[in-house]
Amino acid sequence: MNAVALTTLGIEIGWGAALAIKTLVILLIIPAGALILGYVFLLKMMSHMQSRLGPMDPGGFHGWFQLIGDGLKFVQKEDLMPDGADRKVFAGAPAVVLISTFLVFLVIPMGPDLVVKDLDIGVFYALAVSSLSVIGILMAGWSSANKYALLGGLRAAGQLIAYELPLLLAVIGVVIQAGTMSLNGIVVAQQQQSIFGIDWIGNPYILTQFVGFLIFLIAAQAELTQTPFDMPVAESELVGGYHVEYTGFRFLFFFMGEYGTAFAFSAIAATLFLGGYALPWVEGDLANWIGPLVLFAKLMLVAFLMFWARFTFPRLREDQLQAFAWKFLIPLGLANLLVTALFKVAF
Amino acid sequence: MSTTEMPSAPDFELERSAMRHLADAQMNVELDTGDMILNLGPQHPATHGTLRLVVRLDGERVIAADPVIGYMHRGYEKLTEFRTYPQITTLINRIDWLSSFANEVPFVHAAEQLMGIEAPARAQYIRTILTELSRIATFVLFLGEMGLQVGALTPAFYGFRDREHVLNLIEGATGGRFHPNFNRIGGLKDDLPWGWVSETRQVMQLVLDSCDQFEDLVVGNEIFLSRTRGIGIIPGDIGTAYGVSGSNLRASGVDWDLRRDGVPYLAYPDLDFKVWTHSAGDSFARYWVRLQETRESVRMVLQLLDGLPAGPVMAKVPRIIKVPEGEAWVETENPLGQMGYYVVSKGATGPFRVKIRSASFSNVSILPWLLRGVYVPDVVTILASLYFILGDIDR
Repeated sequence: MNAVALTTLGIEIGWGAALAIKTLVILLIIPAGALILGYVFLLKMMSHMQSRLGPMDPGGFHGWFQLIGDGLKFVQKEDLMPDGADRKVFAGAPAVVLISTFLVFLVIPMGPDLVVKDLDIGVFYALAVSSLSVIGILMAGWSSANKYALLGGLRAAGQLIAYELPLLLAVIGVVIQAGTMSLNGIVVAQQQQSIFGIDWIGNPYILTQFVGFLIFLIAAQAELTQTPFDMPVAESELVGGYHVEYTGFRFLFFFMGEYGTAFAFSAIAATLFLGGYALPWVEGDLANWIGPLVLFAKLMLVAFLMFWARFTFPRLREDQLQAFAWKFLIPLGLANLLVTALFKVAF
Repeated sequence: MSTTEMPSAPDFELERSAMRHLADAQMNVELDTGDMILNLGPQHPATHGTLRLVVRLDGERVIAADPVIGYMHRGYEKLTEFRTYPQITTLINRIDWLSSFANEVPFVHAAEQLMGIEAPARAQYIRTILTELSRIATFVLFLGEMGLQVGALTPAFYGFRDREHVLNLIEGATGGRFHPNFNRIGGLKDDLPWGWVSETRQVMQLVLDSCDQFEDLVVGNEIFLSRTRGIGIIPGDIGTAYGVSGSNLRASGVDWDLRRDGVPYLAYPDLDFKVWTHSAGDSFARYWVRLQETRESVRMVLQLLDGLPAGPVMAKVPRIIKVPEGEAWVETENPLGQMGYYVVSKGATGPFRVKIRSASFSNVSILPWLLRGVYVPDVVTILASLYFILGDIDR
């Protein structure tokens, strides 16, 4: 939380206290986001879609206790480490995955002033940092001393690298339109620009960058290793892939990393394409107050699309996935970029 | 990754051709990335139990696959020698546990054949209905399970949901959901309960609806098609040579169904039904054929319910069943394929020897041939599409 926002409440805080608050907020957001996505989508939406009865039962009303029960189960599990494992790397891998998720959130604005660090190269930073998780996944796959984990880790590396490109191309379209790489700048640009002369809703880039939005969603799905791109975990083939040897708390870290990253990517998509924290006619202090809620609502909308696809589609094969990225998404992204650039110059 | 050192240069003159071979050999040593041997199973979700596939991989491509069976061997053939005929049905419905009722039928038939008894018409009809219900229960699970193995979680739950409806029917009629043990030599334990027929009609409508749903959700999915079309092709003649049977063989274009082509059994001669085949022989064809056969089974059940004759469900049989000396071979079209019992009797209360021909055993025997050169993800699709039950392999 920014010191500026707090001064509007009449509270003066120093630099150290602001840093402490920011750290605390970031440390809370990821687990909370992961739990919310896990609860709303993994447990409730999936149960509705799949006629599951189990997750609807514990605790009485709508199975509210299920997630807590799952958490308790993870905590009691024995912390196993395979005999042949590279112990330090094995222990470090979940942390690396989780840290990359935390780092992404530093640049996502939740209000005009509610941003930990409004970097000028915010988008660039977020994408760069999010791909750090590949290292964690490779570490996990390699150090587990398990052939399934190794296959999963290598698949993940190939996949995440292939899908960085379409992700980047989709984002560049937005950057061209906004004329800035700062995430806050992009939100402001969406608020201030107009579409076909209509300016009261601003210009959420989903309208002009619809192709980019789709490419971003697909590529994000691959980055998150969610179905239809979940070969690195592929439960029916690789029985969990890179995290097959992880139990208890360490597995929980991977789980948090996965859902936290889904949360982060949804937030980025909401910021880039849906106008972020901004609502029409809402400005100034009010925007600071309701900004987080608006962003959360938009983020849940994007996350809903992601999880909807996740629970619906079968899984592609590794070669089909690569072909899809290189032969379809990247050319489409380039074309989208070209058209965006032409329009930017023409109008 | 091989750390083998390059062979040192020979210190004598070689002919040119020999030098070339040497160069090739060196090349191979340098490029040799080594094969990886992956144990798929005995505990792996794709093997529905404890099948173990020793797969030799080059990257993700399978060079050789070798099924190792027997982790679930329960010795049923030997156990039958120490049981009486009525006790044996309890054992053998655990062979293919997904369609237990259908397992009992050929054995009971063999015993009846040896004793010269024939079950009354009503019993034959009810047996046919329950056999077809077992088939539906097995196939709807397959229709969902196949989605799961291709990576879609949701159809699996729909499969289990529909299976639940059908299992409730089987439980309603027999008292046992999984292992009915409802067949008696000479008929059935009981008649159908009151209201069962109308309930069955409702459930059959549900199954038809969910078949449409599977057609939309799974068959209509582009990714599913790209994962199954042209994958794991079994040509008809090779399938026949390996002893593949049932829907797997019909998906390879072989028009052979024991319900129509075998020795007439149960009420099948009275029924009007179509035998579905598909010419492609790939994983998709196997899915498609099973989907159509589920619908066909529903139609058969409805026909049987319409024509259900009145009368007793049990023929006159002696209190203590002793089967006269003789040998009988009865084979039936079970959900997983051809299932046969060869029963040898020496006139005692139990058989002298029983040989069980189970479908899955022969169906997986084609795996070493079929899995050569495919990718690891396709191994899983092919295993799922062959649809075997471990109890049916190991017995």
